[in-house]
Amino acid sequence: MAWRLRLAPEKTNIDFFKLQWITFGGSVVLMVLSFVAWGVMGLNYGIDFKGGTTLRTESATVIDTALYRSTLDGLNLGDVAINEVFDPSFRADQHVASIRLSAANGQDQIDNADMKRVSEALTAMDPALKIVSVETVGPKVSSELVWSSIIALAATSLGILAYIWLRFEWQFALGGVLALLHDVVITVGIFAVFQIKFDLTIVAALLTILGYSINDTVVVFDRLRENLMKYKTMPLKEVMNLSVNETLSRTLATSFTTLLAVGSMLAFGGDVIRGFSFAIFMGIILGTYSSVYVAKNLVLFLGLDRTDKPRASGKGADHEFANIDA
Amino acid sequence: MQLETPLWKRVVVWAAVLVGLILAAPNLFYSRVETHNDAASAIAKAEKLGGAATPDQTAALAVWPAWAPSGLVNLGLDLRGGAHLLAEVKLADVYKQRMDAFWPDARDALKEVRDATGPVKRKPSPDGTLRITLTNPEGMPAALAKLQGLTANVVSLTGAGQKDMDIVADGGDIVITLSDAEKAATDTRTMQQSLEIIRRRVDAAGTREPSIQRQGADRILIEVPGIGSAEELKAIIGTTAKLTFNTVIGQGSDKAANPGVGNLLLPAADQQGLYYTVEEAPVVTGDDLVDAQPSFDQNGRPAVSFRFDTSGARKFGEYTGAHVGEPFAIVLDKQVISAPTIQTAITGGSGIITGNFTVEGSTNLAVLLRAGALPAEMTFLEERTVGPELGQDSIDAGQIAAITGMVLVGVFMQASYGIFGFFANITLVISMGIIFGILSMIGGTLTLPGIAGLVLTIGTAVDANVLVYERIREELRHAKTAARAIELGYERATSAIVDANVTTLITSIVLYFFGAGPVRGFAVALFIGIITSVFTALFVTRLIIQVWFNWRKPKTLIV
Repeated sequence: MAWRLRLAPEKTNIDFFKLQWITFGGSVVLMVLSFVAWGVMGLNYGIDFKGGTTLRTESATVIDTALYRSTLDGLNLGDVAINEVFDPSFRADQHVASIRLSAANGQDQIDNADMKRVSEALTAMDPALKIVSVETVGPKVSSELVWSSIIALAATSLGILAYIWLRFEWQFALGGVLALLHDVVITVGIFAVFQIKFDLTIVAALLTILGYSINDTVVVFDRLRENLMKYKTMPLKEVMNLSVNETLSRTLATSFTTLLAVGSMLAFGGDVIRGFSFAIFMGIILGTYSSVYVAKNLVLFLGLDRTDKPRASGKGADHEFANIDA
Repeated sequence: MQLETPLWKRVVVWAAVLVGLILAAPNLFYSRVETHNDAASAIAKAEKLGGAATPDQTAALAVWPAWAPSGLVNLGLDLRGGAHLLAEVKLADVYKQRMDAFWPDARDALKEVRDATGPVKRKPSPDGTLRITLTNPEGMPAALAKLQGLTANVVSLTGAGQKDMDIVADGGDIVITLSDAEKAATDTRTMQQSLEIIRRRVDAAGTREPSIQRQGADRILIEVPGIGSAEELKAIIGTTAKLTFNTVIGQGSDKAANPGVGNLLLPAADQQGLYYTVEEAPVVTGDDLVDAQPSFDQNGRPAVSFRFDTSGARKFGEYTGAHVGEPFAIVLDKQVISAPTIQTAITGGSGIITGNFTVEGSTNLAVLLRAGALPAEMTFLEERTVGPELGQDSIDAGQIAAITGMVLVGVFMQASYGIFGFFANITLVISMGIIFGILSMIGGTLTLPGIAGLVLTIGTAVDANVLVYERIREELRHAKTAARAIELGYERATSAIVDANVTTLITSIVLYFFGAGPVRGFAVALFIGIITSVFTALFVTRLIIQVWFNWRKPKTLIV
């Protein structure tokens, strides 16, 4: 037989429930910790959600943040934050800074006159400096964006819930969507712990995670549904293990190819989109994990009605041994 | 055993692939096709105005053949550079203007019932309401009847049959406001006018493919590629350019002076510390203009000459005839540009505005006056500018990332599935081509997150193939014939493929409605990417495998 790269042996027989107090329990603990980090450390919100102005400057001169600060402090603006940006894709003489400004007290947002003073002061400080992007988000829009982000996340979750419910049983739908929330919550937790800038594109990434990571779960569920019909007497737990084992090499292969692609985006895509790529990267890892270790555990916990649908007069769900005479 | 697919199905699939790739082809010659397209639209514009193509334009048109498809993927502002503005139109401004304009009419109408009401007076009231006090409240019924006669029916589908104003008695006062139906109709008109005027102004500035869209009840999203900064854009569209000719009541240097009800205290544009008191209701407005051109006054200073339409000319003629020797104010955006004294009745309908203009200033003002005034003031809620350098850096980085991603995935697929991996890789390239073809066809916009969406699609595009291949492997284990295993593999993997991708489609639809600009570009890329990759995996790869299988007729199958 020709050589083939294999991420998993041809036939596996792993008991995915064996260490469930560590795996499933670990997930629960991580989720709790994510909420704690979110609550205690807070997220490093970008101007999309907080309002304000960010500038991106580029210069051939090495950046002296203290000089930038003293230049801008003299302008009587609100808070000023200066960060130097590093990225392997930059040219040797490309020095990039990200500057966050807020308007002086009593003013909603930076206006044209403020912007003019800022750009004049910066070019006076360093004639080689160029402002390559400016973004201003007013307080009215930023508070709306918070709401529309929450609504978008909720709408996507509900849409997925409804679709899976339609195609499978409600237990699958609920289990799958709870596993998704697990992925999203932990990703947000990571953003809180590392204080990575959280803006609109990160919400877009979270939405993508919702859509992507249910993918693995659906494939497992699809196999589970098939096997449930095939092995009517096998205990639910075993059918689940069998289904996950059977789909394992596919799950790993898909996640791996996607990680390769997103990984190259993370490495070479530039700093503008790094947060977005990182969120998706984490989401894929978490999503793969949760479709193997979280989603089906939830379905098991919720229980499945394995009686045949036409025999509605049956005594109700007898999860493990229903339909013996089938 | 042969693998069979009906001929029509094969033809349809290959035709779809071919069309997709042909549509994508212009993107390989991006700058050339763009030059061609720009020239074509410039020539079309010139011909519409009765002109002809310049030699330069004809040469530019010829760099890409006319018979070839010329649709391109638009580059988003974050890749091309440009400015994005979200403006909010102050709709209530118009209510106020309407009420202020109604006061002279109401006053004249009430003169006819003066015997019953006694003298009437306008009282201070919130913007958008008109409060009139009657000296004799007994005259109220007569006054109300008179004013009701001035109201008209609302002209709109939903508000049909309703009056445009609510006129009610409040003690000895009459309170007049716009009715809700009229407010709704006014809002629609205000938004349409604002959109139209912004479009005209941006077009006059001559930038490429601006996008001007209404968002929600009172917002306008303006995206202009290639413009240097949001400030520049705001200077073009942020000026109201409301020109009025008002009666001057007095002038002074006290900026806190009380102008009195129905009057305004306005600063002089060219003289610090000089304030004019003018009547708030204008004699004529910029709406009555038919033309405005930059010109010079008799002293050779830059000025703007203008011409009124017939009704404007009549009103202006009557007014100047009746007020010879008095000053009147030319007011632009709440500043008095000049306040000349009327020498004689001006009946010709044309005139000249002098002031402290530069040549550039008078040219701009003429453009703004021609395009018309914005019906209401705008505030800017969100501004984003990306410079072209940053956009180019993003394109370069995105390209490197996409190519690296494709190579890595390709190597992995080859190593994991051998010849079948190779087939999947061919389809991957085809599906990328088709995605670009579809994006070009629908005029979709590629943004930086959109590139990330495409890269993500590279990962997921092979997923459907992986699902099928894994399934074929399983079926092979159950010792079926090779051909049967392939068929079963496709058959049994389809439900998982469809279910897994519908959920991502749901996400991309929500993303589209949730996001603007870059995020929307991502949603479009994701949506098209999923449809295309499922199509290519289920049909194109299958056909390739079939051709190979029927040609090589392998005894055993190694996936």
